[in-house]
Amino acid sequence: MSTAGPVSSRSDDIASARARALAALGVLAVAGHRIGGIVLRDSSAGAQQWIAALRSVLPHTVRVVRLPSSATDDRIFGGLDLAATIASGTPVAERGVVADAHGGIVVIPLIERMPVATQARLGAVLDSGVAQVLRDGVRAEFDAEFTLIAIDESEEDVWGVAAPLRDRLGLVLDGDVRVDESMLPPASLIASARALVPHVHASDDVMIGIGTLCVSFGIGSERAARQALWTARALAALDERADVEESDIALAAQLVLAPRATRVPEPPPEEDEEQAEAPPPEQSPPEAPSAETPPEADEGQDEPTPPEQSPPEASPPETPRDPPDDRPLEDRLVDAVAAAIPPELLAELLARAQRPSQELGRAGAEKESWTRGRQVAARRGKPDGVRRLHVLETLRAAAPWQRARARVSLARDVPARSLIVERDDFRIRRYVERAGTSVIFVVDASGSAAAQRLGEAKGAVEALLVESYARRDRVSLISFRGTTAEVLLPPTRALARARKLLASLPGGGGTPLATAIDTAITAGVAARRAGTLPVIVFLTDGRANVARDGKGGRAESMRDALDAAAQFRASSLSSVLIDSSPRPEPMARRVAEAMGARYVPLPVVDARAIAGAIALARETA
Amino acid sequence: MKLALLIATVDPSVGGVLVLGDRGTGKSTVVRALPALLPGMKAVEGCRYGCDPSANGSRCDECRERALHVARGKLPVTDRPVPVIDLPLGATEDRVVGALDIEKALRNGEKAFEPGLLARAHRGFLYVDEVNLLEDHLVDLLLDVAQTGENVVERDGVSVRHPARFVLVGSGNPEEGDLRPQLLDRFGLSVEVRTSDSVAERVEVIRRRDEYERDPATFMEKWDHADSAVRLKILAARKRLPTVQVPDEVLHKAVELCVELGTDGVRGELTLLRAARANAALDGVKLVTDAQVRTVAPMALRHRLRRNVLDEGGSGTRVARGITAIYGAG
Repeated sequence: MSTAGPVSSRSDDIASARARALAALGVLAVAGHRIGGIVLRDSSAGAQQWIAALRSVLPHTVRVVRLPSSATDDRIFGGLDLAATIASGTPVAERGVVADAHGGIVVIPLIERMPVATQARLGAVLDSGVAQVLRDGVRAEFDAEFTLIAIDESEEDVWGVAAPLRDRLGLVLDGDVRVDESMLPPASLIASARALVPHVHASDDVMIGIGTLCVSFGIGSERAARQALWTARALAALDERADVEESDIALAAQLVLAPRATRVPEPPPEEDEEQAEAPPPEQSPPEAPSAETPPEADEGQDEPTPPEQSPPEASPPETPRDPPDDRPLEDRLVDAVAAAIPPELLAELLARAQRPSQELGRAGAEKESWTRGRQVAARRGKPDGVRRLHVLETLRAAAPWQRARARVSLARDVPARSLIVERDDFRIRRYVERAGTSVIFVVDASGSAAAQRLGEAKGAVEALLVESYARRDRVSLISFRGTTAEVLLPPTRALARARKLLASLPGGGGTPLATAIDTAITAGVAARRAGTLPVIVFLTDGRANVARDGKGGRAESMRDALDAAAQFRASSLSSVLIDSSPRPEPMARRVAEAMGARYVPLPVVDARAIAGAIALARETA
Repeated sequence: MKLALLIATVDPSVGGVLVLGDRGTGKSTVVRALPALLPGMKAVEGCRYGCDPSANGSRCDECRERALHVARGKLPVTDRPVPVIDLPLGATEDRVVGALDIEKALRNGEKAFEPGLLARAHRGFLYVDEVNLLEDHLVDLLLDVAQTGENVVERDGVSVRHPARFVLVGSGNPEEGDLRPQLLDRFGLSVEVRTSDSVAERVEVIRRRDEYERDPATFMEKWDHADSAVRLKILAARKRLPTVQVPDEVLHKAVELCVELGTDGVRGELTLLRAARANAALDGVKLVTDAQVRTVAPMALRHRLRRNVLDEGGSGTRVARGITAIYGAG
């Protein structure tokens, strides 16, 4: 029990967050390269503690390399070694961080700041184990088999790890990832488990169990199945067994499959009764640990076995609930995993899966024109993290001076080099990117609007979406009701998603028009900074009744709204206000005028007229 | 996806293949498995572009030059595997199209051209994973070369043109931001890959993958003869392709289908017929029938419909509806 203690406590169907963090640590230490790596969705401090604990159980020979999310492609994957190139006069390839980490671990903090394309390349390297360099005049390949730890500190309902990379990282830990260091498996156990893993036998039942889970939870990726299988093997090896058992799959499924679930299977009809009578033991324990409330997790730290894990019945660890469980393995597993996903978490997961993560990755690179687009003539400048050296242009700039410089160095008695490049020779790459339009829809979902014509307003927006699609505009969606305005969709070209969000937009509550206008200004300015031309489309009846401070009162609300409108006008953003009230509403018109927006009453126009109005706004933007 | 790749192998002129689907559905695995599957090709020995010895007109300048000095213009020939080249995301343009050989330029002051990925992919496949993440100008460039079959380089003071005929295979995930319509249209075939919802199939995939991972050598041996069966099929189909005929009534119906679906331009019709012919060649018949057109219609047409983003059913369903309207149910 002493060595296997922490590991076997996992055999409870629903491991607490703490126990999962511990199990994931063991799995990563034992079979990291088989499962790609892990996403730690926690604060930096929690993640650092987890990583430190991991390092303490790993052999000292395993390298752990930190990679800042702002690192450029050439530093990550390899590129041209400028110093060596200049010294030798021939292109010299330089190894990147991933090649240096070959056989070890790469840690990326703040992964949400890393551009999506870079994340996708990391994913490709994880797949192939080779970093291929094809840039700036060098062609090289470096071995780069590594395990990736991505620390994702983005907000709750958004993934900072881009989908292409996420698929390659088998394990996901959400919430508090800290582990109890007194429970860590000893390094000797890790070492022997590492040797044992490839020999752990997985029976046909295991394969069927995993296959069933993938289908039931709507997990399309075959990678996930493979990662779950290796996770189960690692868990068995940590328990010093040569066969995968049901408990291994159940826990592996929680670590690998549950975070990827896109649906919850409907219980088979014959189980309805059983489900109905068993909710207390079956549903409440799972929700408590998965809700990731720190106090409970802290209790777990003090005691060897988390208290919420042991129901009074003291049933055998393999099947703590469902005492007379003679159903097939697959069914029991499905239940175990389903129970690990409380409904609200699932909704959250679904939202995460559907949000575009592309835009998140850009935080580090606002100066788009230095990094992407169509390349135009290079110009003199100093390369830095954002601006990239144009090697050929630099060398070309240096070339004519070579003879003269060689003579100078000879005169100064400096050893001659084959190529002398000076600061003035440096040329940096320049790109131009076409500025697109970014249409920001600000939709009033308040009670008054909903009662009236939210449906029609949605229809109008849909028509606009089609128009925007044809023009390759970016769209984003802000809705306001109650006391707040919320950015439902950051700027994206994936319009189908905008439509889905719009269709499921709930209505009701007050009309916080001032807050909505403030939010629109922020979004509009951000879009402009990102190099696009923002056009803001308001859909509202203009009847503000919630002020900026969240309190009601029509007079204050209207005053705040007009104040916000004046600020809006000052920011000179191009906009259209579509009045969604049944009859043209004087207040909506007043707000539109204060904003400097084109005013379009909905009753007298069809979608095409609105599109026309927006086209006009676009031209004058 | 398998059929689309086979068709492109038999008749590369159908244009590229676009593979859409969720991550982890084995798109890359399938493409990367191609070299093992494909019959080798004959190439001019020492040619950096892998020229076809029998195609005199489309040789590269270097081979043409060499041929002048050899008896009857016959150059030595070697066997090479068909290239399947992976375009890594983040590759820069100079490496893709080729550029001035800096080393030679620096050392000897010589203006030499160093071929890029496009030269290596000549007569084979160029695979771009996550094509939607590739920078727009690179995609345009690839499509342009794929269409003309020739790579023209005018940069860094070198001026080179060389043949570059390849099948562009792109993969992407439509969830991740849409692909540009121009891009869609330039791909000849488009297929959607989904994972099976059948537990048995999923289990089989997991099992095979696991078998491979634990013992690659035995696994390869076990499947080798299955590979060679496919290889023979491709060779036979290639031979048969020039003789495959399209009867007038089949042609008529195919055009009717395109009209019914309202596909833009004639590219749709052409691709549909080419794909149907290749499909017939693979089936081992000399006359194209409605059945073969029907099989390939979804992959040849689905990405050419005028897009309606708000149509939940998606273009796949619309093609299916069109097929039923023209060819009847079944």
